[in-house]
Amino acid sequence: MSLELRGITKTFGSFTANDAINLRVETGQIHAILGENGAGKSTLMNIVYGLLKADSGEILVDEKAVNITEPSDALSAGIGMVHQHFMLIPVFTVAENIVLGHEKSGKFGALDIETARLAIKEVSKDFGFEVNPDAIVETLPVGIQQKVEIIRALIYEAKVLILDEPTAVLTPQETDELLKTMRELKAKGTSIIFITHKLREVREVADQITIIRRGKVVGAVSPQTSEGELASLMVGRAVDLAPEKVKHEIGSPILVAKDLTVRNTLGAAVVNKVNFHVSAGEVLAVAGVQGNGQSELARALINLEDHIEGSILLDDKEISGASIYDSLHAGIAFIPESRELDGLVGSFSIAENLILDLHDQAPYANGIMLSAGVVMAEAEKRAKEFDIRAQSVSDAVSTLSGGNKQKVVIARELSRPVKVLVASQPTRGLDVGSIEFVHERILAERDAGRGVILFSTELDEVMALADRIAVMYRGEILDIVDSNVTREELGLLMAGVAAKKASA
Amino acid sequence: MRNSLVKFGQAIKLPGLSFGLAFTLTGLIIAFSDAKVLSKIGSPLTFIKSAVATAGNAYLALFQGSIFDINLTKGHNFFQGFYPLSETIVISTPLILTGLSVALAFKSGLFNIGAQGQFIFGAIGASYVGFHFHLPIVIHVIAAALAGMVLAAIWGGAVGLLKAKTGAHEVILTIMMNYIAGYFILWTLKTSQFLRPGRIDPIAPEVNQSARLPLLAGANLRIHAGIFIALAAAVFVWWLLTKTTIGYKFRSVGANSAASKTAGISVPFVLTATMAICGALAGLGGAVQVLGSEHALNADIAGSFGFDAITVALLGRAQPLGTVFAALLFGALHAGGRTMQSSTGVPLDIVLVTQALIVLFIAAPTFVRFVFRLKKINSSAGLTSKGWNG
Repeated sequence: MSLELRGITKTFGSFTANDAINLRVETGQIHAILGENGAGKSTLMNIVYGLLKADSGEILVDEKAVNITEPSDALSAGIGMVHQHFMLIPVFTVAENIVLGHEKSGKFGALDIETARLAIKEVSKDFGFEVNPDAIVETLPVGIQQKVEIIRALIYEAKVLILDEPTAVLTPQETDELLKTMRELKAKGTSIIFITHKLREVREVADQITIIRRGKVVGAVSPQTSEGELASLMVGRAVDLAPEKVKHEIGSPILVAKDLTVRNTLGAAVVNKVNFHVSAGEVLAVAGVQGNGQSELARALINLEDHIEGSILLDDKEISGASIYDSLHAGIAFIPESRELDGLVGSFSIAENLILDLHDQAPYANGIMLSAGVVMAEAEKRAKEFDIRAQSVSDAVSTLSGGNKQKVVIARELSRPVKVLVASQPTRGLDVGSIEFVHERILAERDAGRGVILFSTELDEVMALADRIAVMYRGEILDIVDSNVTREELGLLMAGVAAKKASA
Repeated sequence: MRNSLVKFGQAIKLPGLSFGLAFTLTGLIIAFSDAKVLSKIGSPLTFIKSAVATAGNAYLALFQGSIFDINLTKGHNFFQGFYPLSETIVISTPLILTGLSVALAFKSGLFNIGAQGQFIFGAIGASYVGFHFHLPIVIHVIAAALAGMVLAAIWGGAVGLLKAKTGAHEVILTIMMNYIAGYFILWTLKTSQFLRPGRIDPIAPEVNQSARLPLLAGANLRIHAGIFIALAAAVFVWWLLTKTTIGYKFRSVGANSAASKTAGISVPFVLTATMAICGALAGLGGAVQVLGSEHALNADIAGSFGFDAITVALLGRAQPLGTVFAALLFGALHAGGRTMQSSTGVPLDIVLVTQALIVLFIAAPTFVRFVFRLKKINSSAGLTSKGWNG
């Protein structure tokens, strides 16, 4: 089934989210739509799926115009969508989730779940999925939950499948798995619209790439296009994807962790006796598949975890067991994994968020009084320095894009005297332009003689920025290797194979 | 200036419309529950006339009972006509204070159901210092009020501390502590310390003259200086929340406690401090009630001030100024309801129906917007309490 969009335009007030967009997806084609956050990708897909109504333009399925005003129209036209945030009920089983909205009753009005179970098994067999229809959704890994969404679309006979940022929540392995699935779907004749801003994946799997910038189609290119070209089309200017590794001075160890153990509330060690150090002017990356204790280790470095054993020496001073406040003010900047949850107070203004850690210190506070003037003036300065784009620093931080939110976090954390920067997944969910900015800041901190500990599941990022790479596996640091290690060697370590030091 | 007027207009638009809608509906209920009106249903014109007249009379009585009644000026000076307004303010005064207690807790993400118990401890403390000691005027009032506030702050602060240390939910804690306070006052009033000489019913001695809040408009009107204390408390809460580092911490934890913790703010401190200040506010309400209008501690001293406070704070959108207006409205409905019942026979319960409808519409803004075809404006300044998982 082919899908064609002609002249789709959608405005929100004076803002044009989609400007006369033309797009054609052929049968059995993987069509990537590439664009920064806020470029209008999601608006376009929401129009196709009937969640939004276009101001003008038409949608053609198999050369025939269709009228889609709500998702059920899209479904009956054969268009299915897997949202970035899954639409699953966590406490229901896979089968229960799949019949949701299409419940049929059998004898005496009992819910007919058997048909769905059989259908799931059938689709799973066809596509080589391993999904148990009776598993409770919340117990499944994210990658499998995503498959449940895909299965749902397939069972309701989607011929065109829209995947909205499907890899944003996946680990590298799960991502590979998904790309494999996409190829299988394609082989069986399903068309796929793949929305993303990750260049590597696009080049790996797409047949055709459409690039959207500020609501307009700015390029229709083939997957042979280089990453650099794709990125500059996306951002609208030349982008430095892999910052050059300049030679830099590495000083003496500034943060040393000895036998550091973190236990969860059940008493199990999620980080088990790890030892490492980071030196002034050095980037130590902590790599690993999501869920191997990196998050907990990062949090433990500022005593954010409740059960910590062992020692953390910052500049030869023991900070393990100190309060979070004291750890931060001893000289650790902390960029948390989830900026929305742990980094920012969404309803607070940019200015208020910039002083979350410093609000009771001069010059922001005078006794118990907040100095509103100083807070605003400093915020203006930071917004300029860190290129935080907003109409005013009084805007609620929740109204900002992901990249600008992260800039607020970084601006705040770097406004204290810092010895060590701990950054946990600092570029997760960000667009190319923002990633570039974050990377530059990290390297700038390194060059200013600070120690940087970068926790990341993105191999590209780790390889581009790190001086040394520590690989975590099941709560332990399996090995600490030099940055000239190959991707394959790193991949093996991440999978738990500690054959030998890849480079000694 | 103009900007802030527009903002103010937007802020009161929805409560105002909810208010109007509630009164319209209540008017219909009054009319349709009247046998005389219903008997005229045969001829539509008389029916409508009679319905409007009945509802109109009820609302006139409500007004006369809460703001101004010309009949009361006969044989007295003109001021006596404001006796109802005085009553409205007397009822509103403790309600403002308990309302602020709940509102402040909302801002820190806490649901303080415990204003009732905190009020009781405030009343007990103020009463004891009021009748037991002999101190100079002014100083005595301050000492008595402070005693009440300190007791109530400890009572409230304990909830914050328990939540911080054990993770117990403040809703359950405060509800249970209301029970304890409710029975504690009964026991207290039976002790020899509190039992009034020559009485066997649960009532404490009257507080000394030096410990009473001065009347504001002569001996015929009950209005007392407590209203100024309540208004000052509202200003204090506004100042605390918007101008101080402590208020910043409160709002920050209320809006996102995980991010606040990550940035080094001590969440246990905020929980305990918030609940202690909330306790002090509700306790001040109890103290003002004893020192201003009741003068003697009795078992029913708290009435429903602590529970109405929740509604008042919700109606006032947890803003200090809004809470003051909401408390005045509730005071007026209470005071006017009595007159409405005695002069028109419309039952007092109708006032409760009106209150309930106002709150219902406030709680369902989407419905009010739908009725009046309003577009959704930015209403991010909602309440931040997060229910059971907060």
